[in-house]
Amino acid sequence: MGIHIYILRRLLYIIPLILGVCLIIFLLFNVMAGDPTHLLLGKHATVEQVRELRAELGIDRPWFIQYFDLVKSSFTFNFGRSWSTKQQISSMIFQGIGPSLTLTVPAFTLGTIISIILSLFVAFYRGKFLDKMIVFICVAMMSISSLVYILFGQWAFAFKLGWFEISGYENGFPDCIAYIILPIIIWIMLTLGPDVRFYRTVMLDEIFQDYVRTARAKGLSEPVILFKHVLKNALIPIITYVVISIPFLILGALLLESFFSIPGLGGIVLKALNSNDFPVLRAMSILTSVLVILFNLVSDILYTIVDPRVRLQ
Amino acid sequence: MFESTLEKPKSLWLDAFGRLAKDKVALLSLLIIVAYFIAAILAALGILGGTWEQEVGPSYHPPSREFWFGTDIFGRDVLQKVFQGIKVAVSVGFVSAMISIPIGIFLGALAGYFGGIIDEIIVWFYTTVSSIPRIMLLMGISLIMGKGLFAVYWALGLTTWVTLCRLIRGEVIKHKEREYVQAAGAIGGGHLRKLFRHILPNVMHIVIIQFSLQFQLAIKSEVILSYLGIGVQGMPSWGTMIDDAKLELARGVWWQLAGATLFMFGIVLAFNILGDALRDALDPKLKGK
Repeated sequence: MGIHIYILRRLLYIIPLILGVCLIIFLLFNVMAGDPTHLLLGKHATVEQVRELRAELGIDRPWFIQYFDLVKSSFTFNFGRSWSTKQQISSMIFQGIGPSLTLTVPAFTLGTIISIILSLFVAFYRGKFLDKMIVFICVAMMSISSLVYILFGQWAFAFKLGWFEISGYENGFPDCIAYIILPIIIWIMLTLGPDVRFYRTVMLDEIFQDYVRTARAKGLSEPVILFKHVLKNALIPIITYVVISIPFLILGALLLESFFSIPGLGGIVLKALNSNDFPVLRAMSILTSVLVILFNLVSDILYTIVDPRVRLQ
Repeated sequence: MFESTLEKPKSLWLDAFGRLAKDKVALLSLLIIVAYFIAAILAALGILGGTWEQEVGPSYHPPSREFWFGTDIFGRDVLQKVFQGIKVAVSVGFVSAMISIPIGIFLGALAGYFGGIIDEIIVWFYTTVSSIPRIMLLMGISLIMGKGLFAVYWALGLTTWVTLCRLIRGEVIKHKEREYVQAAGAIGGGHLRKLFRHILPNVMHIVIIQFSLQFQLAIKSEVILSYLGIGVQGMPSWGTMIDDAKLELARGVWWQLAGATLFMFGIVLAFNILGDALRDALDPKLKGK
């Protein structure tokens, strides 16, 4: 199969995927969640009020039109208004995206770099005590709830020691730093375990290849082999992993944002959850799902360009 | 019975068990998990931590010889609450796996065995489900099912089947062309017989590995859901205890957090190690990954 046909097919496949995502979200929030008028008006609403509200929310229309609206919103990003704040949801998202990315992008970048360096280090000592020890520490770190890291970190370093701000946020570049350092450190601690384990697997996949043996036979030193040969070849799975992670950076760090009162998208989601704000939850679900689909597409296409063997499948 | 097993060539399972038995850490993990399961059953019967609701001491009494993990705001014994938390955690892990594993096996086997349009539809379905971030799906399902343990079971069960489904599909595709399946077809075995009698037993090891990994994921998710306010209600769980600690820590009350975290760490770590050891033992091709 030619690369162009493959990419075209892959591009077209996002249409059924978006339709499917909208269908699941529609079923969850519009069909199975039941009539929201009771939630919004309370028990003592008159029939007239209920009818007015149903018309206002547009839920008196046939279901296929509501579904079509949902699909349309996944392209136009026009999600209507929030039930609780009455704001345009798209402008709420636009405001929240800045703080979220300010936190997640540096955290993710730093975390990835540290994990990759650690995994190269572990790969160097593969099978030795140090390797086993670090893998065990990774698994142990993964076995503690993320809530505990956040609670303990906030209590110890912000409350007890007073090194960082306990919570809050200020917009703008130099002002925000004081508020995001601690969340960034906690994020890195949270992702170190799974990431080092994943990258170690990636490195070990490469380390037993023939070209590494050749490099060793040439007399290259182990650090040169690791950094120049293994790392370069391991970049393909690394880049794939990074690209696939991007949508989740936009979703923000739900728990971290909530604990540190950072007004990002994660905070918007949690507020919507607590106030039964269906349109906001629906909008955030659609937005993040569409991003997941798009970035999966990008990573697939990158993979095909870099590694021609994939196209044969 | 003993002699007949000796004469037979070593089966995959026997072989795997032999390999697992040599791994002392994995064996210990298995023992720890069994201990947790027994504790969960005892807690469900009210033998362990059955009196957690009683006020047994002063409010926020620090850990002592009498109360190993101190008392909570209402003077209840934290250790008793932790034991009740074992029940919740094990039931969440077990029931959600009992929901997701049959779905994963069924859809994966169907897609892999029949291929064609059935495969296309199932692959589309699980790609769609996995495109929605799990936390959003969890929230959506919890919202429509109301709060509580029952919603947690279903929310976790309905969102964790995708990996298993994908793995089973891949294995079934590999196996259906093998000679033993063709032979089963040649002597008149139908689709169902080939699939259930011949192929599925040969891919069961994936289910065991996934069960172990999903179990600990479910326990960790329960804690998050409880923090978000859509988890367990009206009974102690590790999630609600860790959530309580949010306000307690500033007052110097650390023991409720410590108790829940310690017990949770034990079972999740044991499942993580056992899962990895099972993968090494049952799927030697993946060894060391």
